[in-house]
Amino acid sequence: MSRQKLVIVGNGMAPGRMLDHLFDIDAGAYDVTIFNAEPRVNYDRIMLSPVLSGEKSFEDIVIHDDAWYAGHAITLHRGHKVARIDRDAKTVTSAGGITAAYDKLVIATGSDPFIIPVPGHQLPGVLAYRDLDDVERMKAAAAKGGRAVVIGGGLLGLEAAAGLKAQGMEVTVLHLMPTLLERQLDPAAGYLLQKELEGRGIDIRCKANTKQILGTDAVEGVELDDGTLIEASVVVMAVGIRPNVALAKEAGLSVERGIVTDAAMRTSDPDILSVGECVQVDGRVYGLVAPLYQMARVAAQTLTGTEAGFSHTETPTKLKVTGINLYSVGTFDDGPGYEDVVLRDAARGSYKRVILKDNHVIGAVLYGDVADGGWYNEMLKSGEDVSGFRDTLIFGQNHQGGGAIDPLAAVANLPDDAEICGCNGICKGQIVTAINDKGLTSLAEVRAHTKASASCGTCTNLVENLMALTLGDAVQSAPEGLCGCTHHTHGDVRRLIRAMELKSIPAVMQALEWTTPEGCAKCRPALNYYLVADWPGEYEDHQQSRFINERVHANIQKDGTYSVVPRMLGGLTTPDQLRAIADIADRYDIPTVKVTGGQRIDLLGVRKEDLIPVWKDLGDAGMISGAAYAKGLRTVKTCVGKDWCRFGTQDSMGLGIKLEKYLWGAWSPAKLKLAVTGCPRNCAEATCKDIGVICVDSGFQIVYGGAAGLHIQGTTELGTVKTEEEVIEVIGALTQYYRESGFYLERIYKWADRVGYDHIRSVVLDDLDERRALAERFAFSQTFAQIDPWAERVAGAEAHEFAPLAVIDAPEGASTKTVMEPAE
Amino acid sequence: MNVQLAKTDLDWRHIGTIDDIKPQGARKVRWGDMTIAVFRTGADAIFALEDRCPHKNGPLSEGIVHDGCVTCPLHNWVIRLEDGTAQGADEGSTRSYPVRIDGRDIYISLG
Ligand code: SRM
Ligand SMILES: Cc1cc2nc3c(=O)[nH]c(=O)nc-3n(C[C@H](O)[C@H](O)[C@H](O)COP(=O)(O)OP(=O)(O)OC[C@H]3O[C@@H](n4cnc5c(N)ncnc54)[C@H](O)[C@@H]3O)c2cc1C
Ligand code: SF4
Ligand code: FES
Repeated sequence: MSRQKLVIVGNGMAPGRMLDHLFDIDAGAYDVTIFNAEPRVNYDRIMLSPVLSGEKSFEDIVIHDDAWYAGHAITLHRGHKVARIDRDAKTVTSAGGITAAYDKLVIATGSDPFIIPVPGHQLPGVLAYRDLDDVERMKAAAAKGGRAVVIGGGLLGLEAAAGLKAQGMEVTVLHLMPTLLERQLDPAAGYLLQKELEGRGIDIRCKANTKQILGTDAVEGVELDDGTLIEASVVVMAVGIRPNVALAKEAGLSVERGIVTDAAMRTSDPDILSVGECVQVDGRVYGLVAPLYQMARVAAQTLTGTEAGFSHTETPTKLKVTGINLYSVGTFDDGPGYEDVVLRDAARGSYKRVILKDNHVIGAVLYGDVADGGWYNEMLKSGEDVSGFRDTLIFGQNHQGGGAIDPLAAVANLPDDAEICGCNGICKGQIVTAINDKGLTSLAEVRAHTKASASCGTCTNLVENLMALTLGDAVQSAPEGLCGCTHHTHGDVRRLIRAMELKSIPAVMQALEWTTPEGCAKCRPALNYYLVADWPGEYEDHQQSRFINERVHANIQKDGTYSVVPRMLGGLTTPDQLRAIADIADRYDIPTVKVTGGQRIDLLGVRKEDLIPVWKDLGDAGMISGAAYAKGLRTVKTCVGKDWCRFGTQDSMGLGIKLEKYLWGAWSPAKLKLAVTGCPRNCAEATCKDIGVICVDSGFQIVYGGAAGLHIQGTTELGTVKTEEEVIEVIGALTQYYRESGFYLERIYKWADRVGYDHIRSVVLDDLDERRALAERFAFSQTFAQIDPWAERVAGAEAHEFAPLAVIDAPEGASTKTVMEPAE
Repeated sequence: MNVQLAKTDLDWRHIGTIDDIKPQGARKVRWGDMTIAVFRTGADAIFALEDRCPHKNGPLSEGIVHDGCVTCPLHNWVIRLEDGTAQGADEGSTRSYPVRIDGRDIYISLG
């Protein structure tokens, strides 16, 4: 029996979801063929804004990858627009001439962005905001700099404006109405939003009517009705969308504002269904994914012979601009019998308004503090009578009963049918059941199994809280994530710190919406490193966010004592140094003196109170900290080289010392170990180091990406250079590139495996300008980093680390006398 | 600075002021052979625990302080400052001592 043929026109979010449901119900029901005018797979269109701002890449937002289509034996015609439907023959034909026969057809052509036909609207540089091509055009324009004018202060226009700003453009938003987002926000919230965006440097002009777009060969500016001229190198029109109905109309289907369907998503031809923004059902058309996903589920059921019906629900709106929180649902216009409850908190810049009618919630507008949006929406949907707690309603769910603000308690209080993920219509009960039944422990798994938070992502915190509530500590933070305090990845955080010019740990936590007040022992050291590396000279190291070893510049031991390792540049020492070390070991009763695997000497078992005197004595003998504790330069091992060895080709000891002098003090994502070896016999073990130099007759071979700890990996060759000066410049550039793009705790080999050896070579070796620029940034940063931490502490820095706060008489003593330590 | 203790309140020992401890930091108080770790949170709350991790006696005063907890420097157990209990899957608890704040002065009761 041959399978039924299902043909789909359009490969957007609605039909993509419909297929997920269809395959869940009956994977073998249809042979599927898809025509898509866009030349790509199905992706999360609503996440285009983070792609524009640089917070995500296209790969991050793909919903169905190539493997998915192959796995379901789907024929996907990419870049093929359907030009004709022949309902008698039951075929569709693309503009490129491909014809496919169907038993059932689904039209999912979405919407077209509306372009205001003002003079100049056809000039190159006038863009819409609808698909990836638009994003790429905007990014290309942003790369050239200048000013962008965004016409339209709705959700799309503001997301485009924030994205273009993040890409470094000057941005002006022109909005016809008196306040922004007037369809979603009341004027008060619209005003707060405008202030926030202006504070970020976006120029906003309300009541601005575009008269024409100026330019001869390309956009040069915009003229307003009142004669104002604004220069612009790109104009983005985001003024609305229109259901894309042309194809359906031509095929003679019933079309009004959209393609008319019944509640089962059937058009006027029972073999043709329609889903998505092109649909008009029960008199309404939609522009947000939540109702489209409901259509998708219904259509899948209709296609497999189950009765199902679409019904209208209110969908809350959110703006996806990092750091701006707003939420609105339902009605907020004035109307007969409507009552408002308003709460403003100017200090926190938050605003809440709940609209009631006959003691029922009919709308809510929240700005700033949006945590209770879901709760108000629940009451709106359930029609609950709120007269019993009207007085405290506006304070939100946590204040019902006067409890403290605890996000977990808030989630715990939600009923099982409370909607968590608005986009996908997923309720609390469904998520909890999936977590328990399927044993899910990570956000990625919950997304995969329930789709909750898998679309626009604004409910991620809610889902995570729900996981924490259900699983306790069995929750695993996403592997790519930084830690449980944020859903951002290391890559996102590094990018955003630079893009948003965040210069302190609290600023990062605020702007990137950390879910804990103070972070944890995982994220704080990572953030501290990123800020140290990105803002040399500006950022003040936050000692309380460093591990004890880096705070006291010694390695803590299992018994709470410390080990002290002075630098021995290149593994060389002198009789004087050795004598000083021996004397110090005697003087302070240091129990163990050991030669380390890094060609230097370790003094183990030093009491904390002895650290400062030990350092002072080492300093007096000319030694500085070996940073055996640091995510930074550890050692540069050398072999004897041509000074002594009969095979030596270059001065490996001398070069090792130069490199150690150049690199010490720099913080890096993880520890950094080097070696310089005098010939390919490799006695200094350069081929398993983070960076190695192998001296040869003709010069110096630089290798990197080796590992010999938990993981064993030989190095990869970077290239060969002729002089020591070049070695130093290339290694400076390599180190700096690693410092700027590595993730915290990521050793060089993991970093290089991730970003690619060819790419690294092209940046730090082949591109001479880039190489010099990186080496210069490294040298600049070293001017702040090369200060011996031991000498600083001997001179009195951070003294509180080394002395007790107080010494109190022995427990037996009956006296109440307290002995204070001398003031610092 | 040395504060004279009220005779009626023999139990409370003055150990220093809030300003002697960095926000999200800790200091040690020696009491005979014992060490007590005194913590200051980001929100300026003060807690005192015996300076011994319930896991393998790690010095808690050397850990990272966050959200009312300290992460032990030796093997990353997370200990709640308020009552000294290990969080998450780890089990155990460290003795905690009552703290009283008077202005900027810190008193602990070793009772
Ligand atoms: C002292 C020393 C052992 C010795 O007595 O020789 C040592 C001691 C420690 N190593 Fe090591 N490593 C020492 C050379 C090495 C080497 C050999 C080398 O550097 O040539 C390696 C393999 C090379 C490499 O790093 O790839 C090495 C691979 C590690 C690793 C595994 C790193 C990895 O990414 O796979 C760790 C664990 C970690 O860092 O997370 C580690 C961690 C440690 C720690 C820090 C463990 C800890 O967290 O307390 C030890 C600190 C002891 C202390 O207080 O001094 N140590 N460790 C060596 C100090 C070298 C120095 O002079 O600075
Ligand atoms: C920047 C941006 C941000 C958004 N943010 C949100 C948000 O935060 N929340 C929210 O709920 N919604 C948001 N939306 C709206 C949401 O993306 C849309 O509602 C949803 O993508 C519509 O899905 P669809 O399947 O109907 O159509 P689309 O996803 O638009 O897909 C239609 C596809 O059909 C193709 N097509 C059209 N005609 C033909 C033809 N004749 N032959 C072949 N192929 C054809 C098109 O090329 C297109 O790929 C956003 C939209 C944009 C552009
Ligand atoms: S191998 Fe390194 S980490 Fe392991 S016990 Fe020896 S010194 Fe410690
Ligand atoms: S001693 Fe504290 S975690 Fe092991």
